[in-house]
Amino acid sequence: MAVGFKQKSKLSSEIPNSSLADIVFLLLIFFMTVTVFKEYQGLRVQLPMAKATQKIEARRDISYIWLDRENRLNIDDVLLSMPEVRPIMAEKMRENPALIVSIRADERAKYGNVALLMEALKEANALRINFATISES
Amino acid sequence: MNLKKHAKPNAEIPTSSLADIVFLLLIFFLVTTSMNPAKGIGMTLPPPGEQVEIRQENVLNIFVNPEGAILVAGEITDLRDVRQKVYEARMEFKRRRGEDDEIIVSLLAHTEAEYKHMIDVLDEIKQAEATKISIATPHF
Repeated sequence: MAVGFKQKSKLSSEIPNSSLADIVFLLLIFFMTVTVFKEYQGLRVQLPMAKATQKIEARRDISYIWLDRENRLNIDDVLLSMPEVRPIMAEKMRENPALIVSIRADERAKYGNVALLMEALKEANALRINFATISES
Repeated sequence: MNLKKHAKPNAEIPTSSLADIVFLLLIFFLVTTSMNPAKGIGMTLPPPGEQVEIRQENVLNIFVNPEGAILVAGEITDLRDVRQKVYEARMEFKRRRGEDDEIIVSLLAHTEAEYKHMIDVLDEIKQAEATKISIATPHF
């Protein structure tokens, strides 16, 4: 009778999940550092298309200016007029001299307004600018 | 003799819910992260008040009129041919002045022109790998 009573070695049927929390932590830290919160809503604009589009690497140093086809101007969700741009941007440049100004102008906006905007930026010493475009593929 | 055992206080922090909390945070950041980076055509403006005299022969003038018609070095040019023309002008300039010299491409768009037309032309100039691009200020 005492033949087949040898105990079978129990196979562990569980997935080891002690390292799960570590992995999730790692992912969490990755996303926390990568996330840049969208600060402002802006205006609804149809950006022009361009092929020579480049990425802006320093995402935290970007300040946006919106200009829509009704030629409304918006900085940090405040509608303003052209003469107000210079003092605001000069203040921003004092706070962060590495600032890049991204002009998000509608493709049907008048170029004259963009030119005026560039003049104001020049006077505010905000010399690194970027014309926001959609990359054509 | 008092041999009664002391009740051992549990000195451990319960960590079983930690993973759940971290998961929750992870999902939050996953949802809020936008992975599409800011894109555009980068330019560096000249400092204010700096008016440099440039000899006309070192400049390639490009004009854009309110209808979006393009004038490259005095000739009406289709948008598709702008890149080729800029490239040829660059090469011609390099032949005359040496490899290290770059022609200045001056882009002047009319104030009534659509922004799109100006960006289209700027895009073509950028694609022709011109490095000295000047955006001229229109007169108001």
